[in-house]
Parts: sequence; C-alpha cells; structure tokens
Amino acid sequence: MAVLLLAEVNSGELALDATAKAVSAAKPLGDVTVLCAGASAAAAGEAASKIDGVAKVLVAEGDSLGHRLAEVTADLIVSLAGDYSHICAPATTDAKNIMPRVAALLDVMVISDASAVLDAETFERPVYAGNAIQTVKSKDEKKVITFRTSTFDAAGDGGSARVDTIDVPAASGLSEWVEDKVAESDRPELTSAGIVVSGGRGVGSQEDFALIEQLADKLGAAVGASRAAVDSGYAPNDWQVGQTGKVVAPELYVAVGISGAIQHLAGMKDSKIIVAINKDEEAPIFQVADFGLVGDLFTVVPDLIEKL
Amino acid sequence: MKVLVPVKRVIDYNVKAKVKADGSGVDLANVKMSMNPFDEIAVEEAIRLKEAGTAEEVIVVSVGVKQAQETLRTALAMGADRAILVVAADDVHNDIEPLAVAKILKAIVDEEQPKLVIAGKQAIDNDMNAAGQMLAALLGWGQATFASELTLDGDAATVTREVDGGLQTITVGLPAIVTADLRLNEPRYASLPNIMKAKKKPLDEKTAADYGVDVSPRLEVVKTTEPPVRSAGIMVESVDELVSKLKEKGVV
Ligand SMILES: Cc1cc2nc3c(=O)[nH]c(=O)nc-3n(C[C@H](O)[C@H](O)[C@H](O)COP(=O)(O)OP(=O)(O)OC[C@H]3O[C@@H](n4cnc5c(N)ncnc54)[C@H](O)[C@@H]3O)c2cc1C
Ligand SMILES: Nc1ncnc2c1ncn2[C@@H]1O[C@H](COP(=O)(O)O)[C@@H](O)[C@H]1O
Repeated sequence: MAVLLLAEVNSGELALDATAKAVSAAKPLGDVTVLCAGASAAAAGEAASKIDGVAKVLVAEGDSLGHRLAEVTADLIVSLAGDYSHICAPATTDAKNIMPRVAALLDVMVISDASAVLDAETFERPVYAGNAIQTVKSKDEKKVITFRTSTFDAAGDGGSARVDTIDVPAASGLSEWVEDKVAESDRPELTSAGIVVSGGRGVGSQEDFALIEQLADKLGAAVGASRAAVDSGYAPNDWQVGQTGKVVAPELYVAVGISGAIQHLAGMKDSKIIVAINKDEEAPIFQVADFGLVGDLFTVVPDLIEKL
Repeated sequence: MKVLVPVKRVIDYNVKAKVKADGSGVDLANVKMSMNPFDEIAVEEAIRLKEAGTAEEVIVVSVGVKQAQETLRTALAMGADRAILVVAADDVHNDIEPLAVAKILKAIVDEEQPKLVIAGKQAIDNDMNAAGQMLAALLGWGQATFASELTLDGDAATVTREVDGGLQTITVGLPAIVTADLRLNEPRYASLPNIMKAKKKPLDEKTAADYGVDVSPRLEVVKTTEPPVRSAGIMVESVDELVSKLKEKGVV
C-alpha cells in the first residue's frame, strides 16, 4: 500500500510540525509520498525529504497552485490518486477545504480529523465536540483522511527521500485569490507551542488582552482565545481554540477568564496540564483544570507575571 | 436568483452528548434537537440577500429523519420561502454521511438551478466539515469555505475566509458554494407571527430514492466510546501556590 500526503506549504515554506505529525500518522499505512504544491514549493520539497519515514517527495510548482485554491489543488491530487491506497493531510484549514473535494471526486467518503490509526481501514475520530470517539471502518477502495495533528508526535528528521518534480494543472478558473491578511508574530505557533495562554470574554477588552499576551511572553507561550473573545474583537480569529477553531494539546494550557463551554473544551482538553483562572468558582473550566485559582484576573495575572 | 441552503437537524449545541453504555453510539432519545448553528447563519445570510434584493427565493433543504421538518419550519419562520425535506432515515441515530447528502443536494440543484448554495461549514454532531466541499466537487463548481464575509457582485462572489493563518479573500464565479463560519452574521430569532406564517409555507416531502441516491454508509461505525476522562485536579489558594505547583511539575 502507498500513501500520498499533502504537505502543508505556506508561501513556499513547509509547515514542518503539522506535516511531520501527519507523516507519523500515515507511516503505518504504507510508503509515504509527500506532495508539496504551491507557486513555489521546491524549498518545501527539500525540507520534506528530510523528514524521517518519507519515501519520496513530489514537488508541484506553478502559479496556478499559489494560495492553495481548493479546485486546482484537488484536481492535482485526483490526477495522482491512481497510485495510492490512502490520500491524507494534516487537518489544517487548507486541507479541510481541499480533501473533501478530493474525496467526492473519487466517490469516497472523507475521514475528517482522524485521531488514531487502528489498521489500514479503521480509524478513530472525535465527534460531538470531542464528547465521543468513533471508531470507523472505511469500506471505500481509497481512503481520504485528514489527521488531527495534536494527537500525533512529529516524525523526526534524518530522512533523505528522492525529490521529483511533476506537472502542474492549469488554473481552474473557478476561483481567484484576492488577498491574505496574515498576522506576523514572533510568538510560537499555536498548534505546536509547548505552552498556550488563552483569554476569554472575562478579559473585557482588546486593550486588556495585552495582559494575556504579557503572560504568554513571560512563559514563551503562544496566545489563544475563546470564541467570545474573538467575536468581541479582543483577539484575531486565528487565535480561536475549540471545536471550530484550533485544537491544541500543549504541555501547559492556561485559561484566563474563560468559562469552559463544551465547544472550547473540545479544543484544549487533551493538554497535559490545564490551569484555570476565573472569578466564578462554579465555572465549568475548573472541572477539567489540574490547578484552579478563583480570583479576579486583573489582580491574579499581574501577580503571576511578577512571580514567574 | 435562487439561493439554496441545506440545514441539518442536530443535537442542540448546549447539550453535552452522552455515549450509550453499550458503545453503540450517542444517546439521542429525548435529547433537545435544533438547527445546526452554522446552518442558522447560512439561512440568515440567504435571507439578507433576499432582503437586499439580490436573491429572489430562498429554498431550504434537510436530509434525514421526518422530524427534520421542524428544522425546516424554523428556517421558514426565519424567512426562507420554501422547504424540501428528503427523508432518508427512520431512526435519529442513523446519520446520513456528507457524501450521500451532497449527492442528494446535487440532484436538487440540478432541478432548482440556484446560483448560490450557502451551507454551514460543519455539522456539530459528526464534525465532518465536508458536505459543502463535496457538493462543489460533484457539481464542478467553485467553493468558498469558512466564510466570514460575503458580497455578491454580478456573476461573482467575493468571500473572506477564516483560515489558520488569519483571513483570506477570494472571488468565486457563480454558481458557487459558500460555507458559513461563525462570524458571517448573527442569525435572527423567528418572531411569533412569522412562526405562524411559516406553517403555511410550502414544504415538499421526498425520499432519497426519489433522487436515486444510495445513502448506505461508507464508514461503518464500529463503536463509539467516551473520551478519556481527566483525573480531578485541585484548587490552589494563591498565586504563590500555583507557581510552586507548576515548578514542581517542571512546566515553568
Ligand atoms: C457552533 C458553535 C461553535 C463554537 N465553537 C467555539 C470554539 O471553537 N471555541 C470557543 O471558545 N467557543 C466556541 N463556541 C462558543 C461557546 O459556546 C462559548 O460561548 C464560548 O466559548 C464562551 O467564551 P468565554 O468562556 O470566553 O465567555 P463566557 O462564557 O462569557 O465566560 C467568561 C468567563 O470569564 C469569567 N470572568 C469574567 N470577568 C472575570 C475577571 N475579572 N476575572 C476572572 N474571570 C472573569 C466569568 O466568570 C466567566 O466564566 C461555539 C459555539 C457554537 C454555537
Ligand atoms: N443531513 C443534512 N441535511 C441538510 N444539510 C446537511 C446535512 N448534512 C450536512 N448538511 C450541510 O452541510 C454542512 C456541513 O456538514 P458536515 O459535512 O456534515 O459537517 C452543514 O452545515 C449543512 O449545511
């Protein structure tokens, strides 16, 4: 059996952590060929070839593949599909956009957000905001899968796979890129950070969210947010943690002024250690916290920053 | 133009799903069911297009058990014009997979010829995030998923999408599929007079067989289990105690 894995490539650069986690998820399924697609993808292909366990790398480089528009990227994957029993990717927003399209073109179901591989056709995936885990067995001839990266360890380096360049399909003409609004940050990336500090509605304003950021910087952490904090404009959308935001499982997760709705817990309850700071001792977040502290965040957090 | 909105009947988002003791699934008997929250947002967006004069008719479709007609009535009460119920299951525990849903929706799109389909980004029960993309594939249409902003301009839609790195804006030629993310709009509540009026709006009832679609699952659910439970933690009394606990654990 052979696996085609769509690497996460952003502006020509390989997202190593997400891709290496998907490689370790896919490895038991067969020889892994990593596909790096983009307007520029050669450097990403080189980087992918060094991931331990990668058998081969395909580089598809061309303007039509810029910005990872779903239609053309799906066409590319479908054109390669004949050689593979499994087609997969890390469950990023790009892959969630592309892989269901690939699956439907192949007339198979997609297995979204798989959190464990039991055998070549059997997978676990969380459903109902993580309140249940389903074991599903695919009857389809080809399996199309996205892997929830937070549950797999990244494959190491030391690989030296062959890199081949392949042809690129023409633009689909169905959609066109206009612009990206990407926040630049020196902080660690949310889904791969060892520590995450998140703020919720309790923080109260965008100005006061700086307090969350200061605590994060003190800890060398990434910053996250609840949906309420994002909806209220305290934090950008790409910081949202939860059922419909990012799923994180760091060594330490600090939830500040977050009540602990099931949709938020869905994105962080697999963290190793959870700290909750909330002024309401009844807040449900305390039920999943290893260490809970009842108090006003505006006194607790500055104190914590000082004492760390 | 017509706008088609697929709406799914799911467990209410405020209810915590309980796994059945025998591992056969999640217990949905006597559980509050509602419209999938993302689909409420999709319905709202379609109604706003109608109110702005851009759309002429908003058609809502649900695939599943007969009780999904309640969900469709809710959408009609919000302001949709007409509903199609496709009965494809007789037990609420029998979830119709996105691929089968997409095939049924394709048949309806072929009949109704909408220029725009607005779906939800994800059903909060199966958490698949797939049906919209699959429908786009089957139709050969362009797709703009995870939309937080939508503007129609002649034969194209400009859509701002919520992605991992921030926001991406694309244009997609019509006809197209858009899937709604949480921040696209805030859905309205149906008023009592509109709930009454909705009872008289047309609701067509069909079956999956009417569209020639085989809804048998491709993914056999072997079992459903509870996620691992976290062992109970402790409450600390002060910041000093918290800091010393975290140092003990070696995480700071
Ligand atoms: C379809 C759907 C998807 C969703 N997806 C997500 C998701 O991905 N992620 C997500 O987070 N949510 C999601 N939600 C929203 C979720 O249901 C909750 O509404 C949200 O998580 C609440 O955010 P919060 O805890 O910040 O706000 P609240 O629930 O309002 O809690 C604020 C907390 O702050 C505390 N507080 C207030 N002031 C202080 C103070 N001075 N000091 C200390 N504590 C204070 C309060 O006691 C309270 O517990 C989703 C909802 C739906 C319907
Ligand atoms: N059974 C269904 N009936 C109507 N619409 C559905 C159904 N299943 C999925 N959808 C639509 O597809 C979206 C994505 O669902 P899913 O792919 O199941 O996560 C939902 O938000 C709905 O708009």
